[in-house]
Formats: sequence, structure tokens, C-alpha cells
Amino acid sequence: MTISLRTPYDGIVMAAPVTIPYVRYSIDSAQWWIGRALSAIVAQAGIRVSDIDGLCVSSFTLGADSGIGLTQHFGLCVRWLDTIPLGGASAIAALRKAARAVQARDADIVVCVAGDTNHVDSFRSTLENFSRFNQDAVYPYGAGGANSSFALIARNYMRRFGVTREDVGRIAVAQRSNALRNPHALMKTPLTLEQYLAARPISDPIHLFDCVMPCAGAEAFLVMREDTAASLRLPAAKLLSTIERHNAFADDPMQVRGGWAMDIGELYAMAGIRPDALDVVQTYDDYPIITMMQFEDLGFCSKGEGAAFVRQHDLTVGGDFPHNTSGGQLSVGQAGAAGAYLGLVEGLRQVLGMAGPTQVADANLCLASGFGMINYDRGLASGAAILAGPSR
Amino acid sequence: MTDPIEAPRRKNPLLRTRLPTSPPRARSRTSHGFTRAAAEGRFMLQRCEACGKFTYPAREACPMCLSARLVFVDAPPRGTLLAETTARVPSDVYFRERAPWRVGLVKMDCGPTMISHLHADCAEGVAVRMSFQLDKSGQAVAFARPEAETPNMADDRQWREMSADPKFRRVFVTNGRSAIGREAALALKAAGANVVFVGIAEPWRPFAGEELLRGQDGIELVNFDAANEKSTGDLAADIGGKVDILVNTTEYVRPGGLLDRKGTSIARDEIDHAYLGFINLAQAFGPVMRMRGADGINNSVAWVNILSVHALANWPAFGAYSASQAACLSLSHCLRAELRPGGIKLMNVFTGPVDTEWFQTVPPPKVAPRAIAQAVVAGLRGGLEEMYVGDVAEEIRQRLAANPKALERELDR
Repeated sequence: MTISLRTPYDGIVMAAPVTIPYVRYSIDSAQWWIGRALSAIVAQAGIRVSDIDGLCVSSFTLGADSGIGLTQHFGLCVRWLDTIPLGGASAIAALRKAARAVQARDADIVVCVAGDTNHVDSFRSTLENFSRFNQDAVYPYGAGGANSSFALIARNYMRRFGVTREDVGRIAVAQRSNALRNPHALMKTPLTLEQYLAARPISDPIHLFDCVMPCAGAEAFLVMREDTAASLRLPAAKLLSTIERHNAFADDPMQVRGGWAMDIGELYAMAGIRPDALDVVQTYDDYPIITMMQFEDLGFCSKGEGAAFVRQHDLTVGGDFPHNTSGGQLSVGQAGAAGAYLGLVEGLRQVLGMAGPTQVADANLCLASGFGMINYDRGLASGAAILAGPSR
Repeated sequence: MTDPIEAPRRKNPLLRTRLPTSPPRARSRTSHGFTRAAAEGRFMLQRCEACGKFTYPAREACPMCLSARLVFVDAPPRGTLLAETTARVPSDVYFRERAPWRVGLVKMDCGPTMISHLHADCAEGVAVRMSFQLDKSGQAVAFARPEAETPNMADDRQWREMSADPKFRRVFVTNGRSAIGREAALALKAAGANVVFVGIAEPWRPFAGEELLRGQDGIELVNFDAANEKSTGDLAADIGGKVDILVNTTEYVRPGGLLDRKGTSIARDEIDHAYLGFINLAQAFGPVMRMRGADGINNSVAWVNILSVHALANWPAFGAYSASQAACLSLSHCLRAELRPGGIKLMNVFTGPVDTEWFQTVPPPKVAPRAIAQAVVAGLRGGLEEMYVGDVAEEIRQRLAANPKALERELDR
């Protein structure tokens, strides 16, 4: 068993999970969406805007703005500020930084927020301008975007471990079933495994229901110390443990594992739990194959056993392994960088008992993960966090 | 196994001509190391001078040792295809209208993995030969082909987007009176061109080798003088819409430099024929070629200039001629930029002194006109942008890269 030498997150909590319901296309700007999330979080937490003294922002569509421009835009006067451009790993990274900031009393109340708009041409322009390696050595090759990059990873992974499309499809189908409980999910019709298998190919072996739908939306949460939450009478979840890793396993010729596999011992050691103690799991599901990879790398099964794990478990809200309970990005939509927050914010709602129609009974321990930045041939950023509800 | 492409049918004049679009064009400055490699048909990667490792994509520091001494060097082009995918709904117009489009990830024997366009005959787990090609944006892209020749290899749909193969295309060789023009016409016809139009100024005057061209199947002599603006305009009005490859073989060689000549009359002739003739040609044929860059199997694809290598370094014995060639070289870069939106390649073929009467007093080695013609065909098939034909041209390329001052002094003999 790994022993963690890191400073524990004693007395560090998360509160006020906020989701601004997604729309497929928006004529508003990312600033508008982030503004809505800030407004909602202030209202939900019952604080004044001037109480916010820390801000962490993630977005792909802010144009020339970073966090600093937003302080003036929204009338915030903060003493701690960060902008995190880590795509699907942004929420975990934001939480980690904010937690240490409030722990060190560099700030008392930090808002972590992500929001993106989706104009009709936003997605293409994000693909085109994603990164230098992407510009030089990926996008000019068929312009398939993330679909093609993940198709290569998926094809190799499926061949190497004998994974079928049925195996992968179970994840998407279970999430759709969860999404039908979530009034804010963009996908509102049931999905059967037959429909999943019959979907049109996008970039073989990626088919339509392996892909998230780009959309506009925003997500946010607060990070503070337990005493601050208590004085505000805010229900709050304890942060037990986090990990973050970038550019792991660079020598693997193709990605079959993410950075989680490097740090998994640390994640559970710091939390003081075993994986089977978790009540609910929110993985980063830009593609269901990446979720399968995470089941292995996050310690729920061994490498190569992800497909068997999926066959042996019920991933729905009422199942034995409740997973991506809101429907995940696959069924709710991917609102740019807010996609990184979706699982963490839903997980926070779960352990606070605030998830409403998607609530898992007695959810107390939750793991949420992030994965992001397919800079060239693989996702570079990975992270995970474990939270506990107030009763623990 | 690639199916052979079918000969294009006669074009329906009522149908709209498909307009050219360009694949994504943005590249970092360092990445243009690959553009240079592709232009010359070389396979180069960055290698760290400190630790010897190859890297890809283009970087500013070695990921093994952080040295900044990353140098583009010729690299072993062999690799193995690890995984492939077929993009069916690309987000960009160029690929969208050419989908499905196949790409893959190749592990190079020399280390890096490369995302690459795939020839249809490439298979997962099998060795491939990597090259850099210029795409329809004129930018370098990695292209993996099977290690060994396969049937109809050059007919692969994705490969044909990168090459300018004469097969089934219509070619205009501007000057058939020269030995180079005559050999180019014959070589392009032999390479599968549907028809080769050959420009002949003052066609009533006989010329050497006339019998090889006149009356030959698939070769059509046309009355043409590049130096004459009306002549270029008339011919373009007649055949401009069916020129897929233009080979500018205009030549006007006269010995002599500056001080031993009197006045500007010879220089003016040199400029008239080579430089202004080039302008006439470009203005008459360029716009319609640019517009027809995506017009089916026999779309317009390439413009070829035969230039003296002394366009790059003045040779005082032919000093004024060298200058006229330098002017043409400079103008060719302008034309390349202006043809680029059509996806038309501009290839410059640099030669040393050619084995013709105007270089009679020059000692060997001299380039045979046939060798130039073969280089034109090879360059078009390979989709190149720069070619150096013969020992003199290749030597000057190397000496220019090594020390331009030494070359300048030594050309003064």
C-alpha cells in the first residue's frame, strides 16, 4: 500500500454545485455563460459578490480574455486568480489549486468556474486552433478532429485487449438511461445497444454514439475551509484526495493507459479508502473507450479487463456501480471546458444529496476524474479527486 | 491493391466546375523544415545533435535532453503502421468533400510516431515507406505508402491529391522548337498524358526533330510565341481551359555579361523572351488553371519552369542570361503564391548548361535534354517543387548551401 507524504486536505470543502443548463447552440458569448454561473453560485451560496476572493476560470471560447479580464468584467476583486487551459482535466486541476489556496489562507472563498459558448462555427475553430502540434501534425490529416485521434487510440486498444463495440456500447447505453432522469440532458430519447451498434461511422471505430455533442453551458463550485462553510451554513463535501499527471508514459507507442495509472496508489492512500468503498464514480467520458480505460487505470479492474468489468456491472443510477449519473458528456453534452466540470459538479451534488432525480441512494463517497488535451497522438492531462459527503 | 483510375469522360459544359478548396494551411515556422524536405522530395526529421534522437512533430527543444540543437537531417523513411482510421465526417471543407479519408499512426524505425496520410495499400502491422508531400495548400504532410511497389500504386485517390501525375492529363509544352521542349513533349506523352499541346513559333519554319512531333498521336502542334502577348492570349482562349500541366520551356540563351556588350538590345531580347514571355504565359493561362484545380481526374495541377541553375548564382560568362533567369525565378515564387489557392503546384527544374548549340563552347558535363524531360515527369509524379538536374546543377546547389561567397568567386573564371 502506498503511503502518501502529501499534506492532507484537512478541513477543505467544496460547496454550491452549479450547472447552467446546456443548449446546443448559443448566440451568447462565453463571458455570458460564465456570468450566469457566477450569478447562480452567489445566489445559491447566499454570499455577496464581494465575498469571493479567489477565482479560477477555464474556457476555450473567451477570445482574448483570461481570468484577469473577467475580474473587471464581473466586478470581482480577488486576491487569488488562475486560468486553467487543461481541457478535460481543468476541473480537477482547478480544485487542487483552489484547495491549497484556501488551506494556506491565500484566499477564503474561491469560485472555480468553466463555461463555453457554442456558435455554429465555434467547434471547427477550436479544432483548428487547438495546439501547435495539432496545427502542425494532426489537423492537416483529414481534419477529423478529436474523433480521428481517439479512433486511432480506440482501434489499437480494442484490438490489443479484444474489446468489442458491444462492450464499449454498454457504457453509452447506461449513461443514456441515466440522462433520461436528468431534465437538463440534451439527449432525451432512450438508446438501445442495437441503436448504438447501428449508428453511422464517424471515424472508424468511432461511431455516432461514441461522440459527445458540442454545446454551450457553464458549471461552477466553491472551494473553502470547513469553518467558512459552517459560518455560511452551506452544505459542504470534504475533499479527501486528488491526483494530477501530465504527459505520462511518453514511451508507450500508443496510448493504452492514462496518467491515473501512475498515481493511483497515492489517490487511494491519501483518501484512506479502497476503490470498492466508493458509492458513485464520475469518469471523464469524451469517448466511452476512455471511460473503459479509466475503469482499469483508476483501480476498479486490471489492465485489459475493462470490457469484462463493464459486462459484469450495472452502471446506471440504480445499479451496483453508479457511474456518470447525470448522463455524462455523452448524453448531457460537452460544453467545452465545462465538460471537465460536469462529472465533478454532479459528484458534489451526489455526496451532498442534492442530485434530485439522478440521486444515488446513500451516496457518500465519490470519485471524479478528468482527462484532457489530445495535443498530438494522446490525451496528456489526467486527474482525479475523491470527495466525501458531510456525514463522513 | 488499387483500382486503376478511369480515363475522364468529355466534360459536360452545362455542369458547374467544382472549385478548389484548400486543406488546413497553418504551420509553425519550424515545421517548414518539412516543407523544404517535401519540396525537394527528401525525407527529413529533426535530430538532436546532443543526444542523437529523432523527434517529431517539429520542436524547439529535444524532449530527451532539452538541447536546442535540433537539426533537420535526412532520416530513414521506414516505419510500421500501428493503427488507422477513416475520417467520414471531417470538419473542414476540403476533406469533407473528399471523405472518407484514411489516416494512421506510424511508428518510425528511427523512433518517433507520425500521424500520416495513408496509401490505400497500407495495412496495419505492416511496414510502410514514409515521405513528405506537398498537399493542395502547398504545405508538407507525411504520407505513408507500402514499402514495395503495388499495382496501380500512383492511382491511389489520396496519393493523386499530392502528386501531379501526367496520366490522363492535358499538357502544354510552350516551346517545341527547343530540344528540351521536344523531349518534354515526348516524355509526357509516354507518361500517359491524354494530349500534349506543343507551342511552335513561326510554324512554317522547319525545326530539328519536327518529324518526331508532327502528326504523332496525342501530340498537337499549336502556333505560339510566348514573347507575343496577342499570341498567348489567342492560344489561351483556344486551349486554356484544357491545360492541366503547363511546362514552360521558353529559352533564350546568349553568352556574355555586361561590359563587353554594347547597349541593351540583347538584354532586352533575353528579358522579352524569358521574363516578359513568362508574364504573358502566366496572365493568359494562370487564372483558368487556378480555377480548375479541383476539376475531376484531369484537374489542372502543375506549372513547370525549366530554369538555369545560374538563376541562383550568377555565372559571369553568361551573366545577363543568368540575370534573366534570376528574374524568372523570383517571378515564379509570385506565381506559386498566386496559384496556391487553386492547389496548383509550381515546380522549378534547375539545370546546368544543356547540350545544345548555345552552350557549344562550354566544357562538359552538360545536361542531355532527355534527362531534363525525364526529371520533369519524375518531379510531377512525385509532386515536387524544386529539382536539380545534372551534376552541375546539383553541385551548385550544394556549394550555394555551403558557402555562397566561395561559389561567387569561383564562378568568376
